[in-house]
Amino acid sequence: MLVVERARKTFFKDTPNERVALDGLSLRLEEGEFLTLIGSNGAGKSTLFNAITGGFLLDEGSITLGGLDITWLLPHKRALMIGYLFQNPMKGTAPDMSIEENLALAYSRRKSWPLRRGVSKEDGSFFRDRLARFEMGLEDRMKDKVGLLSGGQRQALSLLMSTIARPRLLLLDEHTAALDPAAAKKIMRITNDIVREQRLAAMMITHNAQQALDFGTRTVMLEGGRIILDISGEERERMTVARLVEHYSELRVL
Amino acid sequence: MVLFAGSLHLGLIYGLMALGIYVTFRILNTPDLTTDGSFTLGLAASASLTVLGMPGLGIVCGILFGALAGGVTGFLQTKMDIHPILSGILTMSALYTVNLYVLGDRSNLSLLGSPHLFSAAVASLPGVPRDVTRFFVALLLCLVCFAFLAWFFGTHLGLCIRATGDNDDMVRASSIDVDAMRIIATALSNACVGFSGAVAAQYQGYADISSGVGMMVVGLASVIIGEVFFGRRSVTIGFVSAICGSVVYRLIIALALKSNFFPAYALKLVSALIVITALSLPALKGRLRLASARREARRHARG
Repeated sequence: MLVVERARKTFFKDTPNERVALDGLSLRLEEGEFLTLIGSNGAGKSTLFNAITGGFLLDEGSITLGGLDITWLLPHKRALMIGYLFQNPMKGTAPDMSIEENLALAYSRRKSWPLRRGVSKEDGSFFRDRLARFEMGLEDRMKDKVGLLSGGQRQALSLLMSTIARPRLLLLDEHTAALDPAAAKKIMRITNDIVREQRLAAMMITHNAQQALDFGTRTVMLEGGRIILDISGEERERMTVARLVEHYSELRVL
Repeated sequence: MVLFAGSLHLGLIYGLMALGIYVTFRILNTPDLTTDGSFTLGLAASASLTVLGMPGLGIVCGILFGALAGGVTGFLQTKMDIHPILSGILTMSALYTVNLYVLGDRSNLSLLGSPHLFSAAVASLPGVPRDVTRFFVALLLCLVCFAFLAWFFGTHLGLCIRATGDNDDMVRASSIDVDAMRIIATALSNACVGFSGAVAAQYQGYADISSGVGMMVVGLASVIIGEVFFGRRSVTIGFVSAICGSVVYRLIIALALKSNFFPAYALKLVSALIVITALSLPALKGRLRLASARREARRHARG
């Protein structure tokens, strides 16, 4: 599915601020795999996401998604295959547009003719069905402007928007960090359901070690632009937050 | 009555321009200064072709040239990464030369004696008063433009443009080509402005190189006045409100001129003041609220 090979990126090259953000990082992510990504600030988590979405181009290395080499592909072309969720719920939706218009934007991105109706009837009822599953009452507010929704509701909507067009890869950038605990819990439940149901390859950045172990199928720890821990299966089952922290301080010294 | 009819005509004709301004200012969220140049471009193209006996083609060219001018500004903003305001100013400035060229190396051109849209309509409806016919011609053009825009912004492409203006971050993370959306929207906006100029030339029967000066501010004033009555709701209502705003603006101006409240040359100053007042209201309100909160707090502290 997703293959990152020997990715290298140096920011501010040849200046006193030179910083190696990705240091020959390689990563393989299979279909249906839900990877949680942890590491301290500046470890390269967001940089890795940015490299995958095309926020910048790599200095060296390559990125393949679903068999297609996307190393040099423009960001908006990659976006057809990648769903992305921001930490800030305000960032993922257009506040002055209605719920169904927002969903229509996300959904119809694969279809071709640009002058067809923005929100067709059948799309509208499909959106209602999908929203109803969240049990947030959003399905009865299809014409409401998104700016009227709460943070949790907006994030739920963003989540549906980023997965409704069936991307191959879902990137979650601390997408519950700005929400209150109840909303965060709900969003995580929905995330899990969607990832499982659509058999997506998913990656979630989190600063919460407990969350990293509780969700997903695999946990990767980054430091200095490299992977220093990669656990899944039984090994991951046995892992605790305390041991993770211990691990982290040990490996960091090396 | 004459005053009223005249304002209504002008309001509708300049309403076309207000529609264009609404597209950039409210939908795309980027004020566009090309307007001053593209208005005159539409005016010049329409006048020159009318003199050559092709008023219909004049209108069409006014629209197309306007779109082209807008496309250039959009291109500068996105692909060349020039500040949006500066991009508009550059195009506007360059258009001055283009407009003189289109007018045939003259700074004004009279359509006296050349048949055009309005004279043809008046001639074909002999029993109907002249002002009524002219009103319906202007209204028809306005409705056509309105219907097109209302339809367009309901299409998928229209939604993408609205999203671009509404949340740039979101659109950048999506599969929508932001640059293309900005270029299309700016072109569309200036097509409306060029349309307005083209119709205005044939309505007033002459073209002048300086007709476009301050047009953007007039358009902004129209949009803002419309919002006083309609509020800021959906895009379709926004278009209606822009046209109504333009008519009300013309009425206010006509009344003020009629009552000798200010001389005709004060027009641009008044337009600018209307826009300044409307745009600074939120800031003023905030400051007033802060001041009163402070007073209240001080009173409590003393009490």
